[in-house]
Amino acid sequence: MEINRSSITANAATAREMGLVSCHRCHLLCKLYDQKSACPRCGTSLHSRKKESVARTWALVIAASIFYIPANILPVTYTTSLGTVQSDTIMSGVIYFIHSDSWPIALVIFVASIFVPLLKLVILITLLLSVQLRWISRAKDFTRLYRLTELVGRWSMLDIYVITVLVALVHFDALADIEAGMGALFFAMVVVITMFAAESFDPRLIWDNLQSTHEEKY
Amino acid sequence: MVEHLIACHGCDLVHALSDIPIGKTAYCSRCGSILYRPKRDSINRSLAFTLAGAILFFIANTCPFLGFKIGSKIRETTLASGIHQLYQQDMFIIASLVLFTVVLVPLLHILCMLYILIPLRFNRNPLYLANVFRLYLVLKPWGMLEIFMLGILVSAIKLVKMATIIPGTALYAFLALVFVLSAMTVTLDGHVVWKSIDRQ
Repeated sequence: MEINRSSITANAATAREMGLVSCHRCHLLCKLYDQKSACPRCGTSLHSRKKESVARTWALVIAASIFYIPANILPVTYTTSLGTVQSDTIMSGVIYFIHSDSWPIALVIFVASIFVPLLKLVILITLLLSVQLRWISRAKDFTRLYRLTELVGRWSMLDIYVITVLVALVHFDALADIEAGMGALFFAMVVVITMFAAESFDPRLIWDNLQSTHEEKY
Repeated sequence: MVEHLIACHGCDLVHALSDIPIGKTAYCSRCGSILYRPKRDSINRSLAFTLAGAILFFIANTCPFLGFKIGSKIRETTLASGIHQLYQQDMFIIASLVLFTVVLVPLLHILCMLYILIPLRFNRNPLYLANVFRLYLVLKPWGMLEIFMLGILVSAIKLVKMATIIPGTALYAFLALVFVLSAMTVTLDGHVVWKSIDRQ
């Protein structure tokens, strides 16, 4: 997918260094006249970098990490069948599928519900540290990691949908009944909060450090 | 001169873009993020998928999507009754989240696209074009139909040992809707929509 070199030329400067702001929504390059200006094309308020990006992302990441614990300890479903009640956590759901020999399904649920949320939290913390501690040598890799979190984060909603369908379908009074537990609520909060966290992080901060280090050198 | 410049939204480096041929992608030379990917016949194609999506959306939300048979009892669910069930169990937040991501966001996506693309197709700009397209872009990450589809699959496998599962009309409509809505998103060239605002 290499394109003709003549149709794309990289400038040596960032938009900020040129005194310009790239609109978050429509990507129009605008001149910033005062702090309250809006994009002349689409009306979005203009900021050179996302506002309070590091502080906001930290707050959301910490909140999500706290919710991650009850999400994995508390039961997500209560299954009543013929009078006996069985409570399941996310992990016991995975183990159930391993025991019933459907390990591909077990793997899908494990990846979507346990691995991805944890991975997302770890990546976001790494990115925040990289900005604050000025780890500039791997800037390109950190940008890749950011794109990865944006891409995979939403798939954690899988378990919430599975619970919804189960609760909606299995409703036969004493014979068989499935109800959602508090764990599901905390888990849903983890997914939503990490999505907001990924959105509030500004990947350009990773590269800003690179530039300010150059300026110090020369 | 400023119009031909574009700043990478991954690292803020400014690039000068002249015409990128259709089917090719311009990547940022520093961080590798996508700068711009032009689409062939974007308005027409995207509108076609939007219209198909509107019809499928209606079917998917009115017909029963799964039947569940245990002994002689049969239980049929539509999407709405499933969400209603969660509300009755005081799972207000989860029910709202499912309603928002599986019903409201896809519906708003289809409505926004119809509102934007039909006038653009006839070279007119609808009122509040920028606001409506911004709404579409803000909602974009919250449409999770494809994940819901995988959720149905997983729960069907979970339930198949308990009882007989009867796939409903809505299930097939849903499956098609997932692909049609992805196609709608992929064929749309946001740049063309923003350019039409400049045209005025």
